Amino acid sequence: MKTTGTVIRYGDNVDTDVIIPARYLNTSNPKELAAHCMEDLDATFVKRVKAGDIMVGGNNFGCGSSREHAPIAIKESGIACVVAKSFARIFYRNAINIGLPIVEFPGDIDEGDQLEIDFAEGKVRNLSKNSEGNFPPFPPFLQKIISKGGLFKAMEELA
Amino acid sequence: MKMTMSQKILAAHAGRESVSPGELIMAKLDLVLGNDITAPVAIDEYRKAGACGVFDCRKIALVMDHFTPNKDIKAAEQTKKVRDFAAEKGIVNYFDVGDMGVEHALLPERGLVVAGDLVIGADSHTCTYGALGAFSTGVGSTDMAVAMAHGKAWFKVPRAMQIKLRGKLRQWVSGKDVILHIIGKIGVDGALYKSMEFTGDGVAALSMDDRLCICNMAIEAGAKNGIFPVDAKTLQYIADHSQKKPVTFAADANAEYDDVMDIDLGSITSTVAFPHLPSNTRTFDNMPEVKIHQVVIGSCTNGRLSDLQVAAKILKGRKVSPQVRTIIIPATQKIYLQALREGLLEIFVEAGAAVSTPTCGPCLGGHMGILARGERAVATTNRNFVGRMGHPESEVYLASPEVAAASALTGVITDPAKP
Ligand code: SF4
Repeated sequence: MKTTGTVIRYGDNVDTDVIIPARYLNTSNPKELAAHCMEDLDATFVKRVKAGDIMVGGNNFGCGSSREHAPIAIKESGIACVVAKSFARIFYRNAINIGLPIVEFPGDIDEGDQLEIDFAEGKVRNLSKNSEGNFPPFPPFLQKIISKGGLFKAMEELA
Repeated sequence: MKMTMSQKILAAHAGRESVSPGELIMAKLDLVLGNDITAPVAIDEYRKAGACGVFDCRKIALVMDHFTPNKDIKAAEQTKKVRDFAAEKGIVNYFDVGDMGVEHALLPERGLVVAGDLVIGADSHTCTYGALGAFSTGVGSTDMAVAMAHGKAWFKVPRAMQIKLRGKLRQWVSGKDVILHIIGKIGVDGALYKSMEFTGDGVAALSMDDRLCICNMAIEAGAKNGIFPVDAKTLQYIADHSQKKPVTFAADANAEYDDVMDIDLGSITSTVAFPHLPSNTRTFDNMPEVKIHQVVIGSCTNGRLSDLQVAAKILKGRKVSPQVRTIIIPATQKIYLQALREGLLEIFVEAGAAVSTPTCGPCLGGHMGILARGERAVATTNRNFVGRMGHPESEVYLASPEVAAASALTGVITDPAKP
């Protein structure tokens, strides 16, 4: 699986309260959640995000509350993949469990860069900077969750 | 294989002799928790997957605490979805208005978690129960949905950091100051993916409320769980609250820790986390004057009886500043009743504070005390992210109940040791 898209970039410690503020958690409807995605950090996000864009963060992306509404809002907004130097652990497992691709990659990426991510090869190519780097692919256990289309479906085999 | 306390609990629940850090395992759960925000998403997932049974109707806890008593129609619909699900599945531990409390204060009080348990909750502060010698951690709604059906969850076995405590806390200093002090030192990702294992002679001197408060905020350093050794105080607490039999696990003497931190409890002074990260801490020897508009004493971090008792000690016979809206929220009905019987609520009302039925309310900017643009609050809660208590340009300062009560009186962030 490969994906190519334009980067929307944020810094370190992007928390789930800014990804989707609690005042909107009185619904679990993905479309309503996506309408407020990133609002408190970047009010322009919802207007400028296009299907296939890649969200990039620094360290500890997705820290804070366990709300699965956060990866749901990001996925529903059209983001094809989140790349960050590191992820907070609950966000990491939520993203896998709901099928939002995420990649831990420390490379130098700027707003607006074109990235190509090759999940099978474990490669990130920065087409704008003409550079590339590797990331460790998911361990087989997590690959199974992803390939089965989510945790519920994978459980029959895993449990 | 030498194991930490956390690793031993995971191994036991995976049916294994031992586990090693980094390994992915599937383990049996003793309790699965969800609330009025996360459970509706889990129930949707559960139904979508076509699941129909639950693994054990006594081992699921559903606590309606975030937006209850319901703040609007949407919140009411969400709660109703959970209420109907609980009735349909015969969930024994369903807690609604009049009976509920903030989940992480409620579950230990109701004896639903004991030492040796493996618990997941669709709420990040599920790590609180490590205070009881359990392994407990926050997950998302899909994990919760799968756990309700299968009674199992996957875990990556965590590495660990050891925090050795010695000495005794000074007066007006409590568990909140200890954990803010630690997060200030190691940062919001200082324990990322790891267990925070507390040890040392200092543990014995910490009350159960202090330990619950400390484990509550392990997640604010990125930790997977926080955990305290089981001692006489833990066993007494469990005997007083639970019918369940605790199982004591202890770390091997030469278990492997990535980092070891030494803390003299007696050296810690009142600590405040400035906006917008729990790691942005300051002590009073280095504190600018910060004028505040609101004080919140409550939440799963500091809404327990001892928190209210110390706040009452400071507020007794005095008046809060007319510039400060002071909101005090006992974390559970039992705490509320006890505070009523001890005359604490009367002290609060006479001091000019508002007292509420248990709810998360303002802690997550839900209801019951939302901040306007430019306003500042001192709160005994656990997060001060942008917009956490209201307007994105409002500010939350995290502090102990001692600091919060002292600040309510003066209208500026105040050292409780120098009233
Ligand atoms: S009191 Fe705050 S931190 Fe605790 S469970 Fe409620 S919203 Fe979460």
